[in-house]
Amino acid sequence: MPQVKVVVTLKPTLLDAQGRVVQNALHSMGYANVEQVRIGKYMELELAANGSGDPAALASEIKEMCDRLLANPVIENYQFEVVE
Amino acid sequence: MSVLMEREQTAASTGKGPKFAVVRFPGSNCDQDAFYVIKDVLEAQVDYVWHQETRLDGYDVIILPGGFSYGDYLRTGAVARFAPIMEAVRAHAERGRLVIGICNGFQILCEAGLLPGALVRNASCKFVCKYVTLRVENTTSPFTSAYKQGQILRIPTAHGEGCFVCDTATLQALESENRVLFRYVDAQGEANAEGNPNGSLANIAGIANATFNVMGMMPHPERASEKILGSADGRGVFESLVRAALAK
Repeated sequence: MPQVKVVVTLKPTLLDAQGRVVQNALHSMGYANVEQVRIGKYMELELAANGSGDPAALASEIKEMCDRLLANPVIENYQFEVVE
Repeated sequence: MSVLMEREQTAASTGKGPKFAVVRFPGSNCDQDAFYVIKDVLEAQVDYVWHQETRLDGYDVIILPGGFSYGDYLRTGAVARFAPIMEAVRAHAERGRLVIGICNGFQILCEAGLLPGALVRNASCKFVCKYVTLRVENTTSPFTSAYKQGQILRIPTAHGEGCFVCDTATLQALESENRVLFRYVDAQGEANAEGNPNGSLANIAGIANATFNVMGMMPHPERASEKILGSADGRGVFESLVRAALAK
């Protein structure tokens, strides 16, 4: 039963307001060496057994899910990994 | 459907003038304000339409109201954009008919690709709930014809993710085609950092699509349509829509 791990990150050109707040908090806690924090999203998808067993078809389906819903291509990048 | 909603629909549908639909998603919370302004302030026809519906036949203007549809899960508007009603909204827009998204409605229209760009977390990371000052940038659109060019409006805003972003090519197109309808400005009417409540690119508060029949804005004109509520500056948006719908 394939499991898919998806990581969505804000495009590097965009200000990560949340990341900046967390970075400031780390600084105030004394971790002065933190130069940047970027916050993303991690999702795990459990899929039914891969019918055709074709990894390329599965990858293309997951890419479609990412492009349509899991990430917004206007502001985010994504990576995914399929774990059998 | 509640008895109250049924009564409201019946009463509204007997009215005259253009017919508006206010789409309700789970988590919409400005739907009643929009409904009230259309029905009681402008005395036009208006119905609520549940997000599970699939038809919008006979409506002149579709309003996607503010709120927190689907709890803002994943991204604001990301889930609502796939609600059954959205195919009908897209078809309505493609026929050249009028669609306006306010606040969460703007976020939904961007997610749906009916408007360009995206709305991300405010640069300040704060939820901004206050009156803002807007400048009307283009009065030739169906959403702004009741205003004067450069008119300054005082309208409330209430959002955590209202920072408009887009790529350079999109921004150039928006600017050169005069599709920025409203810009955040300071008290002197200048579009600068001081007047920008959320870090939006180029102080953008509201934009139209390339054919000027779909518009999104973060501030809430429906909360500023009567003097008794503190400002009637938002009323022009709805008056413009009535005028445009009558002219079609």
